[in-house]
Amino acid sequence: MEELGAGLAKVGTGVAAVAIVLGLLLLIFFIGARAKGRLQSPVAIVVFLGPAILLLAYGLIVPAFRTTVGSFQNASGQDWVGFANYTWIFTAPGNSTFLINTILWLIIAPVLSTGLGLTLALLLDRMRRESVSKSLIFMPMAISFVGAGIIWGLIYEYRDPSKPQVGLLSQVVMWLGVEDPPNWLLWQPFNNFLLMVIMIWIQVGFAMVVLSAAIKAIPSDVVEAAELDGATGYRLFSKVTIPMIRGTLIVVLTTIMIAVLKIFDIVRTMTNGNFGTQVVANEMYAQAFVAFDVGRGSALAVVLFVAVIPLIVYNVVQLRKERAIR
Amino acid sequence: MSVEAHEVIPIPMPREESIPQAARRKLSSPWASGLVIFITLLWTIPTFGLLVTSLRPKDQAQSSGWWTAFTDPVFTLSNYAEVLTGGQTIPGGITPYFFNSFAIALPAAIFPLVVATMAAYALAWIPFRGATFVFFGIFALQVIPLQMSLLPLLQMFNLGWSIGPIPIFPDLNQAGSNQSIFYGTYIPLWIAHTMFALPLAIFLLHNFIRQLPRELFEAARVDGASHFLIFRKLVLPLTVPAIASFAIFQFLWVWNDLLVALTFAGGTPDVAPITAYLANIKGTYGAQLHLITAGAFIAIVVPLIVFFSLQRFFVRGLLAGSVKG
Repeated sequence: MEELGAGLAKVGTGVAAVAIVLGLLLLIFFIGARAKGRLQSPVAIVVFLGPAILLLAYGLIVPAFRTTVGSFQNASGQDWVGFANYTWIFTAPGNSTFLINTILWLIIAPVLSTGLGLTLALLLDRMRRESVSKSLIFMPMAISFVGAGIIWGLIYEYRDPSKPQVGLLSQVVMWLGVEDPPNWLLWQPFNNFLLMVIMIWIQVGFAMVVLSAAIKAIPSDVVEAAELDGATGYRLFSKVTIPMIRGTLIVVLTTIMIAVLKIFDIVRTMTNGNFGTQVVANEMYAQAFVAFDVGRGSALAVVLFVAVIPLIVYNVVQLRKERAIR
Repeated sequence: MSVEAHEVIPIPMPREESIPQAARRKLSSPWASGLVIFITLLWTIPTFGLLVTSLRPKDQAQSSGWWTAFTDPVFTLSNYAEVLTGGQTIPGGITPYFFNSFAIALPAAIFPLVVATMAAYALAWIPFRGATFVFFGIFALQVIPLQMSLLPLLQMFNLGWSIGPIPIFPDLNQAGSNQSIFYGTYIPLWIAHTMFALPLAIFLLHNFIRQLPRELFEAARVDGASHFLIFRKLVLPLTVPAIASFAIFQFLWVWNDLLVALTFAGGTPDVAPITAYLANIKGTYGAQLHLITAGAFIAIVVPLIVFFSLQRFFVRGLLAGSVKG
């Protein structure tokens, strides 16, 4: 009971903060509305746009600049080291693991998520009752990566083969006749793929829902015309469906790639980057907040930034094209 | 002219009955249905296994698979009781963290929306020189990943910032201690989440608010209404659908976030959210499957309720916000 009271007080703090901020805004609005004549517009611009500009300047613009500067400094951020941190990232002996892993993640997880999502979208398009399946496959999207990590940790749980199994994966392969299943999360290099499965589990629903909407949006006269011309099954799929949803496919693929590039929670929760499963985003966290090497942490953040840019630019160009068509 | 929330969301809108019913029936096959049901099961089993494990007594949960619970059904709620209040195995329960998550996520969902709606209105309907430039500048900020901001922001909250001798953010350390006055409060978390949400929120809301009919604003201006009045009486009510979608997305994003939480809250029961607690007990008490699973289920039950009850809004918000981070 005591805990509940303390808990409600905490939520109350949150509500009070919201009330205070909204109250302040109302007050500023009230004062701002008194501005007359030529001052009206400038006052409104400052009040409406000012908070956003300040927050963005302090939260993103200055930090991005400082991180870039920090990436050329040493661990404590006191001396200039030139490109040493970048040289370290790309040449230090142990680092090829997280570089290669990140590239593998970047290719495998988005392609499989999108492919499976597309398959499901096509299958669902042929079903009359689709909503329950759709909801359940989409559901993992609402679950945090930490929660997903625990859910899948249970599936990958290892027990000695002579004892009753706790992990579902071990049990299934034993039912299939494998006598000695490995300790999955220590099983290099395949443990990387087992971690990717978690990401795929989460992202397939996203791909499915978006692609399903795209397929449904294909005008019926196009499909009918193609069918009149004798296109069915695979030909209809490859010559009509795929070209019609090409833009959406690319947006889905790049969106998942961006998410994958920054993947941190899954790796941290499952293996903490041990057993050959490290990725760039988790290495960045480890360098910056565990080893307190500000220089290397910053350089890794810059690498992420540079890698994300082309994906987002491409994504945006595609979106603009889509918009222009509609 | 009607304006719908989905117009801000970059997906093609489904047209019901696009493929004629006859054609669809012809195409529907038992194979397709079977495959979909199989994948649905495959996708649901992991979460179901978590729920079952969390309901089994310690010995059973740690020494046999959850699927054996159906031949040997022993269920208990004691894991939940223990993980909620803390017990002999894990001292300190999940309850404070659960409430922290609410205390973090509610303001962190509302603040960015308020700030973003205001900015979006200014950029869309208050004409001034450079508005387009500012809009594209904000839009471009989406490329900055969270990771770029963490270290400098943490430094700002703890030590303040200055350019040479000119302070641009005050040093908030209390006299005589080396702890910021923000330490142990939700304030850094609220501010950080608000900052990171802004580029996308402004972009989406701007697209939405721009599509509101021009005559509405012109008529109001002619009648002498100030921008403040127009914003409160016209823009806010008309933007509710878009705001609701993004609010739900942002709430879940904050609720599920681990990176910002670990950086700005540490692991103390004072302010750390439920994800930080889970990551912590997973690392320390990984073998206590019965407790870990109960904790995880408590953490995911809130997003699941939001998901199943507000699925329509959830889908819109998620699709619009999935490029965030």
